[in-house]
Amino acid sequence: MAEKISAEKTVSARDAIMARVRKGLGVRGDEPGRRGVVQTRLRNPAPNLIPERAKGTKPELVKKFQTMLENGGTGVVRVRTYKGVPEAVAATLRERNLPSRVRLGTDPFFKIFEAEPGLLEILGGAADPADLVGLSHAFAGAAETGTLFLASGPDNPSTLNFLPEHHFVLIDAGDVFGSYEECWTKLRGIHGAGIMPRTVNLISGASRTADIEQTIVKGAHGPKTLVVFIVGSARE
Amino acid sequence: MEQTSLQFRENAARALSDPQLQRALRNVKTGFILKRAAARAALPEFDALRDEAAAIKTHVIDHLDIYLEEYERRVLASGGHVHWASDAAEARDIVLSICREAGAKTVTKGKSMVSEEIGLNAALEAADIRPVETDLGEYIIQLRRETPSHIIAPAVHLNRDQIEGDFRVAHAHLPPERDLSAIPELVGEARTVLRQQFLAADVGITGANFLIAETGSSVIVTNEGNGDLTQLLPRTHIVIASLEKLVPTLEDASTLLRVLARSATGQEMTSYTTFSTGPRRDEDPDGPDAYHVVLLDNGRSDMLGTDFQDMLRCIRCGACLNHCPVYAAVGGHAYGSVYPGPMGAVLTPQLMGIHDAAHLPNASTFCGRCQAVCPVHIPLPNMMRRWRERYFASQSALAAPKLALRAWAFFAKRAGLYRFATAAQGRLLSLFPRSMLARLPLAKGWTAFRVPPKPASRPFLAQWHAREQEKARLGRLRHG
Repeated sequence: MAEKISAEKTVSARDAIMARVRKGLGVRGDEPGRRGVVQTRLRNPAPNLIPERAKGTKPELVKKFQTMLENGGTGVVRVRTYKGVPEAVAATLRERNLPSRVRLGTDPFFKIFEAEPGLLEILGGAADPADLVGLSHAFAGAAETGTLFLASGPDNPSTLNFLPEHHFVLIDAGDVFGSYEECWTKLRGIHGAGIMPRTVNLISGASRTADIEQTIVKGAHGPKTLVVFIVGSARE
Repeated sequence: MEQTSLQFRENAARALSDPQLQRALRNVKTGFILKRAAARAALPEFDALRDEAAAIKTHVIDHLDIYLEEYERRVLASGGHVHWASDAAEARDIVLSICREAGAKTVTKGKSMVSEEIGLNAALEAADIRPVETDLGEYIIQLRRETPSHIIAPAVHLNRDQIEGDFRVAHAHLPPERDLSAIPELVGEARTVLRQQFLAADVGITGANFLIAETGSSVIVTNEGNGDLTQLLPRTHIVIASLEKLVPTLEDASTLLRVLARSATGQEMTSYTTFSTGPRRDEDPDGPDAYHVVLLDNGRSDMLGTDFQDMLRCIRCGACLNHCPVYAAVGGHAYGSVYPGPMGAVLTPQLMGIHDAAHLPNASTFCGRCQAVCPVHIPLPNMMRRWRERYFASQSALAAPKLALRAWAFFAKRAGLYRFATAAQGRLLSLFPRSMLARLPLAKGWTAFRVPPKPASRPFLAQWHAREQEKARLGRLRHG
């Protein structure tokens, strides 16, 4: 009963808000021209100004991507071949004094770990609060600010990006673009226009805060470190 | 919150003589301003991007009714719910009923100014639901039962030692001999304490930096990752956002993101920018089962078609606060309202009524820095001027300044009379020694801190005339 009353109330609030908005704008709301402008814009999403720094050859962009990440305090490991990924991850864990245990999703990218059984202990599914390392695959990266794009789902559960103390992210060098806009184009190609996975995370560094005296401290609530593995060599 | 905007003068006087506050405010004067300048210098297109950002917001506002419909349609299609709230009370009721339905005992919260605007925490507490602020700054001020003093740095008015004291009281279960003398230790303790809350919460409430009509997504921009743990772990995610957060497409959001962090903290991009769309999908191993958006009007629709429509472009970056000499001198609490600084001086009179916020549009030197740094070119000084005009035109403006201004206007509109009067005044005042001018009876607020200059014996216009005549005479001599 209570639910019904609240639903009715919000329906009328919607009408009241719409009426006030239209009155303020001096429109009726059914003018075909106005609606057409909006629908065209939504159906054909067009990029606005793209900064020059987001342009370049693939190798230049990968280099810029790496530099931007490193400037933000993120560790970057270049891995020449797919085959070398398990050892690169294991070596990074050793260097950082971490147990050789990672949690990851069902992304086909992670099949590479099956070739080296015993090198790492692999846990699956959503993150557990006790996890030390979460491993994810970014579907794209934007060089302009060193930003990783990750999509939620069984392939890469979003909790892996935030609960573990350390976050490792794999990205194919070929998936490094210049601008955010190119990453959105890739996402639309995967899911369809206007359709989003539940969560898309743009990650540009480890968790940090400057809320006390504007002093930057890493590891506020999310991962204390972020390490990005750029896999393969980018060609033109 | 309790609004104390009418006591702005008293609040400001107290703030100016508060040594803790003055020490904390020094961080604003240097940190934010230098970081923004560096970020701007590193991106040659920054100003062109600001023009585009302003144009995007203007376009949305001009078509707001249609974008709201399109956005709602996309949210529903992705399995989410949309609730409309005309005012703060309606918004609180909607959130409470969702929380009750979810059987919520603990609610984690990401930083949200709209939550502050509608007084959500008090309403949750009154309903026996425990709100836990998870942004570090918000957590600190929640412990102190204060309001944010800055829209992106809520605890900027505090120093480390004050926060240490708060943590020792609030976290009494931890060993009293523990070391909290450095900032990283305080951050680590908050991380440990709040981690338990993230895992225990039944509902997570966040705000939104943007709502995207193309996809029905809400966007939050954070550095700590607290907003993500808030919206990812509980079974229910509630987004509270005001109408003007809408943007058309992912591309438009990208343009706005390019100016947001740079204007706010001087970062190229914050650590986390998260796009949430609907509840978890059938195959998802994590994420909330339910996704609700509460769309709040609370006076925004009344700004459309008025002098204040452009204020709806605001993306809440805080650059106008950071660059405001008045804010830097007195801090955010002196304004006595949810939104401080120049953007607050324009928005608060709309939310509270100009009679309860009359001092705020006057809390400005009109130096224009707020407008100069605004990423969406909001003419803030001009809007403050409009509020001054409205207040002056209303009955409640004080009689004395009104009378004085009328008298001044009488002379100012009559050039001959004005010249005669000012010349007479100047001659009169120049007869007195300067020390006697140090305490003018009607200008104590001014003369308490400054000695006015001795007036010239002849007013400017008379001097100018004499100068021009002399020049003409010399010219005639030379050519004649």
